[in-house]
Amino acid sequence: MTAPSRVRPARVAGGVGDSTLRPDGIPKLEGSFEYAQDLWQEGALWGATTRSPHAHARIVAVDVSPALSIGGVHAVLTADDVPGSPTFGLEHSDQPVLASDVINYWGEPVALVAAEDRDTARRAAAAVKVRYEILEPLTDPGEADTRDEAFRRIRIRRGDQEASGPVVVEGYYETAMQDQAPLGTEAGLAVPDGQGGVDLFATSQFLHVDHEQVVASLGLSADQVRAHPTGIGGAFGSREDVNLHIHLCMLALRTGQPVKMVYDRSESFTGHVHRHPARMWYRHEANRDGTLARVEARILLDGGAYASTTPAVLANASYFAVGPYKCDSVAVDGVGTRTNNPPCGAMRGFGAVQVCFAYETQMDRLADALSMDPIELRRKNALTTGDHFATTGQIIETPLPTVEVLESLAAMPLPADSESDLLPGGSGLTTEARHVMRGIGYAIGIKNLGFSEGFDDYSQARVRLAGSGAVVETAAIEVGQGLVTVLAQIARTALGISDVTVEHVDTSRIDSAGSTSASRQTQVSGGAVLKAATTLRDRILHHHDGDDLTDQGVLRNGDVIVTMGELVADDWQETATFRHPPTTAPDEYGQGKLHADFAVAGHRAVVDVDPELGLVRVIRVDTAQDVGKALNPEAVLGQIEGGIMQGVGLAVMEELVVEEGIIRNPNFTDYLLPTILDAPDVEALLIEEDGSWGPFGAKGVGEPPTISSTAAVAAAIRAATGKAIERVPVRPQDIAL
Amino acid sequence: MEVSMTVNGRAVSADVEPRTLLVHFLRENLRLTGTHVGCETGYCGACTVHVDGKAVKSCTMLAVQAEGADVKTIESLASNGNLHPVQEGFWERHGLQCGFCTPGMIMASVALLDENNNPSEDEIRHGIEGNLCRCTGYHNIVRAVEYAGAKMRGEEPPPPDWEGGE
Repeated sequence: MTAPSRVRPARVAGGVGDSTLRPDGIPKLEGSFEYAQDLWQEGALWGATTRSPHAHARIVAVDVSPALSIGGVHAVLTADDVPGSPTFGLEHSDQPVLASDVINYWGEPVALVAAEDRDTARRAAAAVKVRYEILEPLTDPGEADTRDEAFRRIRIRRGDQEASGPVVVEGYYETAMQDQAPLGTEAGLAVPDGQGGVDLFATSQFLHVDHEQVVASLGLSADQVRAHPTGIGGAFGSREDVNLHIHLCMLALRTGQPVKMVYDRSESFTGHVHRHPARMWYRHEANRDGTLARVEARILLDGGAYASTTPAVLANASYFAVGPYKCDSVAVDGVGTRTNNPPCGAMRGFGAVQVCFAYETQMDRLADALSMDPIELRRKNALTTGDHFATTGQIIETPLPTVEVLESLAAMPLPADSESDLLPGGSGLTTEARHVMRGIGYAIGIKNLGFSEGFDDYSQARVRLAGSGAVVETAAIEVGQGLVTVLAQIARTALGISDVTVEHVDTSRIDSAGSTSASRQTQVSGGAVLKAATTLRDRILHHHDGDDLTDQGVLRNGDVIVTMGELVADDWQETATFRHPPTTAPDEYGQGKLHADFAVAGHRAVVDVDPELGLVRVIRVDTAQDVGKALNPEAVLGQIEGGIMQGVGLAVMEELVVEEGIIRNPNFTDYLLPTILDAPDVEALLIEEDGSWGPFGAKGVGEPPTISSTAAVAAAIRAATGKAIERVPVRPQDIAL
Repeated sequence: MEVSMTVNGRAVSADVEPRTLLVHFLRENLRLTGTHVGCETGYCGACTVHVDGKAVKSCTMLAVQAEGADVKTIESLASNGNLHPVQEGFWERHGLQCGFCTPGMIMASVALLDENNNPSEDEIRHGIEGNLCRCTGYHNIVRAVEYAGAKMRGEEPPPPDWEGGE
C-alpha cells in the first residue's frame, strides 16, 4: 500500500485566526455558569479561618473550646490536626498550613472551623482564643537585606566590567505593592469520598501543583485526592499558590461532610500573594551616539513572610533589568527579602513590570542627557533576533520585532488636544480645564514566555472523537482569558473538524498542563493540543487510507469512506505532551540560555494632569505588541485592553498600603481599582511574525500589555509636569507638592 | 422573620434572619447564583439586580427591605432561549472574559437602556460607572451596550471594531 497523498486540513470555521466567540459565554451571560463560589452540596458545612491580628508574634496558647461550644459547630482544627506535611509552598515548602509557633504575617491562618452555616462558622472562627506574645516585626526590606534575610540573591555579570561611557544617568525608583483583585474571591468545595479520600473543587491556576501540595499535607496517596477545575472569576497570578485548598480538605475529611468556603473581600486581600514592591538603583552609561556602554542595577523585591514564587519573580526582575536593549557590559544584583510583610508572589508581568518602570525612566533621562529623541535612543539600542540578551548573554532565536514595535507606535496618530470630555479627578469635578496640562510618554518592555531557568515546562492534552466531532481534554485552567476558545480553534484547524469542544478534567484523568501563568497556556497547552490533534488526524487517515478528514468523516478522492459516526464509535483518541525548547539554569554569573521565548510590547500614554491638585486622567494608551500570530484577534485585543488597564492602575491608583506589616486598605473602598470612567481609549497594533515555537507561530499575549503601560503613563505625567516621578503609583502629593 | 417578594415573576417567601442580605437570600435561599458577590461593600456592582425596575446593589440591601417588591435577577433576562439584547451585545462584542462582573454589568446596562435606549458613549460610561470589571478594560463593555441599544431601537448594531481594517 502506498502512502496516500494527504491534504492539509482545509480552512475550518472557527479555526485559528477567527475571532471565535467564547464557548463559555452563554452560561456566563445567563447567570448559569458555575463559579467556585456557587458550588453547593446538600448537607455541606461552611468553613471559616481564624487569622492572626499581628504581623509577628509567638503563639502562647490556642483554646478552641469557646468555638466548639457554639451550636452548629462541627469541627475546630489547629496546626496539631494537619495530618501530613505541616508546610506547603509552590516552589519551597516553607509556609505553615496553620501556624503552630510563630506568626510571620498579618492574617496568617491559625485555626479552621466548620459549621452549619456561614455566619456561625465566622462567629466560631472569631471565638477561637489565641494568646499571642507580640514580637517586633521586621518590615523594612532594606534592613532584611542587611540581615541577610533573603529568599534568593542573583548576581549577573556580563562583559567587560570596566567598560564605561561618557554620559551617565543614575536613579532610584520604587514601585508599590499591587493586588491582582480578581472580582471572584478565593472559594471552593471539598467533598469526602467516604473511603478516606477527597475531591477538591477550588479556585486555582495550577491544578496539579495544588494537588501535590494538598496530598503532601493530608498525608494521603496521590490517587486519594482529585483536584477538579472549577469556574474562576479572574486570577492574574493570585491563584497560583495554595490558600484554602488544604484547609477545605482537612475540614471535609475531619467532619465527613462536604465543606464550602468563600473568602470575603478583606480576607481575600490577606488570603493571596501580591505583586512585590520594589526598590531599584540604576546607573546607565552611554556613548555620545547613544549606544549603551554599561548598565548597573541593584534590585530589591520584598517577598514578605514566605517564599511563594519570590525566587522566580526576582529572577525575572533581574534578568529583564536592562529591558529590550543591547548592552555588552552589565552588572545586576538582585535580592528577594524575607520580612513580616504580606507574602508576595505572582502577578501578571511577574517581576518584569517593576524593572520596566525603572529602566524606561532611565532611558528617558538618558535621552534628555544626550539631547536625543527618546524613540531614536530606544531604536538605536533595540534588541532584536540574533542579538545577545544583555543580562544572560543568550542569543535571541525567536522573532523579536522591537524596532517594528517602536516605529509603529511612534507612527500611530495622536488624539486631538480637545479629545477628552472628562477632566482629571473624576466625579469630584474640582479641576478647571484651564489648569490641565497634557503629557505624552513612551515605554517599551520585554518579558519571557513560559517557564525559565531549566524548569521542565510541559503540558499534556488529549484529543478524542466523541459526539459529532472532537473533544479536547485538558487540566489547563480557564481564568477568563479565553483558553477554552483558543484550544478549540487549534484543534479545529489541526483536525479539519469544526465541531470541537473543550472539557476540563481532573488530576486523576490527565497529566499536568502546567500553570495558567507566564503567558504560557496558548503556546504550551496549545502546543499539546496541536500535537495530539495532528497525530490523531494522521493516524486516522493512515488507518483508513484516506486523504482528508472533515466533519463528514474520512474522505478519499472527495468521497466519504468512513463517516464521523463510525469514527466516533471506534473511540479514536490521542494524548500528547508538549515541551517548549529546553532552557538552562544560570551559571554563577547569571549566564545561560535561561528563556525559551520572549515578547516585546510598547505603549504610548497620553495624560491630562491638574498640577495644582495633583490629579491625573489617562486619556489614551496606544500600543503595538509582538504576538507572533494572533490565533483569535479579538481575544488578543481583550487581553491588551484589560492588561493595559492593570498597568494604568499601578501607575496612578493601585497600592496596598502596608504599615508595620498590616494592610491598611483591604477593601474595594480604599484599594482603588480603575472604573469605566478611568479607562483610557486604546488603539492596538498586533505585530505578527513567523518563527516562534508556539502553535502556528503564536506567542503568549497576556502579560506584555501590563509590562510597559505603567512606565508609559509615568513618563507622560513626567512630560506634563516636569516632576521626576520616581515612584508608582503616582499620588497627588507626588505631583502637587 | 418572614419575608415575601416576587423574584423573576415567581412569588417566594421564607423565614430569614433580619440581617440577611438580599444577595444572600437570592444566592442561598433561592439558589439563584447568577448574582455574584465581589466586595460586600457596595463598590463593585457584581451583585446588581433590579428591585421594582431599578438597578440595586443587592449586597447593600436587606432581604426584608425587599418585602413585597418585584425583584429581577440575571436569570430572568433570556426568554425561551433568546438572549436579551444586552446579553447578546456582551456576547457579540466580546464584553466579558472571566464573566464574574457580567451579570451585574448586564443588569446595570439594562436599567440604563430602559431609561435611555440611545445613550452616548459618555452616558453609557456614567450609567454603569458603579460596576467594576478587572478583565476587559471596559472597552468592549461600552461596545456591547451600544450594540444592545441599537437592537432595542430596532436598528442595525454598529459593526465590531475588528472588522473593516486595522
